[in-house]
Amino acid sequence: MDGAYLAQQILNGLILGSMYALVAVGFSMIYGIINLINFAHGDIVMIGAFSTLALLVVLGLPLWVVAPGVVGVGALCGLVIERAAFRPMRGAPQVTGFIASLGVSIMIQNLGILTVTAQPRNFTFPDYMLAAVSVFGFEIQMVNVCIMLAAPLLVVGLLFVVHRTRLGTAMRATAENLDVARLMGVNINRTIAATFALGSALAGAAGLMWGGKFGQIDPLMGFLPGLKAFVAAVIGGVGSIPGAILGGYVLGLAEVLFVGLLPPVYSSYRDAFVFGLLILILLVLPNGILGKSTEERA
Amino acid sequence: MLTIRHLDVFRGRTHVLRDVSLEVGRGEIVALIGANGAGKTTTLRTISGLLPARNGEISFAPREGGDVLDLTSTPAEAIVAAGICHCPEGRGVFSRLSVHENLLMGAYLRDDRQDIRRDMEQVCAMFPILAARRNQPAGNLSGGEQMMLAIGRALMGRPRLLILDEPSLGLAPLVVEAIFQLLARINREGVTILLVEQNAVVALELAHRAYVLENGRVVMSGESAALAGDDNIRKAYLGG
Amino acid sequence: MTAERKRLLFLALAGLGLTVLMQAVFDDYLRTMACFVGIFIILAVSLNFTNGFAGLFSLGHPAFMAIGGYVAALLTFNPEMKPLFLPDLPEWLMALHLPFLPALLAGGAAAALTALPVGAAVLRLRGHYLAVATMGFLIIVQVLITNMEPYTRGPLGLNGLDTLTDLWWVYGSVLVTVYACWKIKFSSYGRMLQSVRENELAAACLGVNLFHARLAALVIGAFFAGVAGGLWGHLVTALTPVSFSLVLAFSIVVMVVVGGTGSITGSIIGAVIFSCITEFFRPLEENYSVYGVGEILMALILILILVYRPQGIFGSREPDWLTPKTNRC
Repeated sequence: MDGAYLAQQILNGLILGSMYALVAVGFSMIYGIINLINFAHGDIVMIGAFSTLALLVVLGLPLWVVAPGVVGVGALCGLVIERAAFRPMRGAPQVTGFIASLGVSIMIQNLGILTVTAQPRNFTFPDYMLAAVSVFGFEIQMVNVCIMLAAPLLVVGLLFVVHRTRLGTAMRATAENLDVARLMGVNINRTIAATFALGSALAGAAGLMWGGKFGQIDPLMGFLPGLKAFVAAVIGGVGSIPGAILGGYVLGLAEVLFVGLLPPVYSSYRDAFVFGLLILILLVLPNGILGKSTEERA
Repeated sequence: MLTIRHLDVFRGRTHVLRDVSLEVGRGEIVALIGANGAGKTTTLRTISGLLPARNGEISFAPREGGDVLDLTSTPAEAIVAAGICHCPEGRGVFSRLSVHENLLMGAYLRDDRQDIRRDMEQVCAMFPILAARRNQPAGNLSGGEQMMLAIGRALMGRPRLLILDEPSLGLAPLVVEAIFQLLARINREGVTILLVEQNAVVALELAHRAYVLENGRVVMSGESAALAGDDNIRKAYLGG
Repeated sequence: MTAERKRLLFLALAGLGLTVLMQAVFDDYLRTMACFVGIFIILAVSLNFTNGFAGLFSLGHPAFMAIGGYVAALLTFNPEMKPLFLPDLPEWLMALHLPFLPALLAGGAAAALTALPVGAAVLRLRGHYLAVATMGFLIIVQVLITNMEPYTRGPLGLNGLDTLTDLWWVYGSVLVTVYACWKIKFSSYGRMLQSVRENELAAACLGVNLFHARLAALVIGAFFAGVAGGLWGHLVTALTPVSFSLVLAFSIVVMVVVGGTGSITGSIIGAVIFSCITEFFRPLEENYSVYGVGEILMALILILILVYRPQGIFGSREPDWLTPKTNRC
């Protein structure tokens, strides 16, 4: 086994993991507070990618304007989805909310197909993003460097909000015990909406990164990353933000190493591997690696 | 200060509170006693706006001669803002948050940072154990310590009316005594208290007046001393 | 015979009459549509069995369809053509050529057998975790089918299947499926399954083996899904891994939920409504290039039902005039 090859694979795993972590964190936050699996989370990644295309290519705005714009679009989508689909579901049994979020996801995907057709589009990042930079002897594309720096930065920003602001404390309190939080005077609707906005903002950012890295986007692209974010969150421990981060990187590395280290004939089994891993974790380690949720899973 | 008139509350199709009326005067300690399932917690939760009332009214006048709020049509957040702080059944501390953060949550609606800090010092002075465990997750505390945290948290809201749901539940007798002495002190400093208790003995010792709730109805009320002396009450709730 | 039994028999005969009528009057296109509706009825009723009776939320139904479909196809495939399409098949499979009925049953059995280990692994989970695990199962099956090229021709899929499905086969299968599920629902076994859904703790206290009950629900549902898959394959004359997707799973779920989880009549009506909707929109979509409208509408109806009438049209009951008297509440 070539050392350089292994190192390259690990690097790829970290890049992929950064994006998974970003999506998983948003997903876990939302799950933590309303106990619902938000299927549409992956589709917000897709919306983020398409918004980037729209702002960057169609409107010709510079990247440093587009990036916050996309994050804003993501947050907005999160707010709309929460208000329209999830708030009416509050209090309904788990599975009902799950089906509803699946419905929202399918609706978004098909709205995408309706408006921009299922044709994949090429994602044209500015040239300086695609240029290779030399870091510690490795040749890495600028876009990948940015991903590896920006994703952790965004997550740190989020952690700051969650742990050092009044809103963040209210979010954590609501996630733990909604009724008692109400007794403290917390406005539940606004707190949950804020959670959605923050989590979806991260998903939007992930969409920008995803498009930049893979170069091609289509309306159905969000489905698999969304599901994998769920797997990452479960691996790390659902409802836990550090768990989601850990899970994201673990999944990214596992996926890349699975493809990179096993003979090529197995590489198309990659998705099966990811979901096999999910089922295994759900059965063996239901609270994930960092799990502290006392929820009944099995 | 707080007046409940002809309150009817349903949970699903069950008629839990039937035509309940009671009053809490400014500066008083009033107890609501009764067996398990009599409707005591439901009463408190309705006051705090967590449950809707089918009929009846709940009026709250935080200030002498000031505005009167109809709590049945006020959202829960506004009820807290009006000055009612609720210490829920089972303490309800946020176990994953630190002691410090729990106390901060008590002051969630307040903006006066200096005063919040000062109140925090006062609460920690009242409950030294909380100061010692300031940065630990609240889940690490013992039952009695959590009760102190819950009361401290409620005090951080500078309540005019403090509501407590079964403060003695699951606590050792010595701890219960300490807590109730503390409640008496808080009351002397000007906080009106309404508490719900299964343990009628300690409740009647602390309160000025009490109401007895049975199957959702108020069956008796009066001065605690009188109730404690009543034969029926003694047999049913005081073990005599 | 009781009044309800007579009415049920009457409905079955009416269905037969309808089939005769459709066979005589409809053109090829409409007959094919009617077959699709029938297949969806089987899918909805069998999913209802798993989800509605036992309260398990399974999104893996299309996977069982796929297994049943491919197995049936491999068995009915013309032995002269087999070597051309699937040169790497083992000898015994290459030579095997079965008529439709045994092939369908074999497909159903294969699906049911697959449900055993899957259920053993996954049924310990609850609520939405079970749902996601079954979704994972669906994806795993899709990936496996795509990769097991010697048996399935991978992403190209199998085509050139004989058009063996017609209205008679569909009607027969619908009749058997509905009859079996109805009979089970109103038997003591069915009541046991429903008790598991209603209140697990109470059921366990009464001695119900929860795990066996759940597994049985999954296996039975899988069998009928497998048969439906076989019918599907021989109607469309082609099978590809992408035919059995999450969107299909979602469609069947919508049919069951809108009709009422737990109600056989509801599932039938839900299946009819939604297959007609999708069929109605398909030519529109193709003509005006507005793809996706049917799915959007379906998702919208689902969400509206979940918000405003979560129990669906029928709840978990059947129409009173068909329900045996002892079963009415």
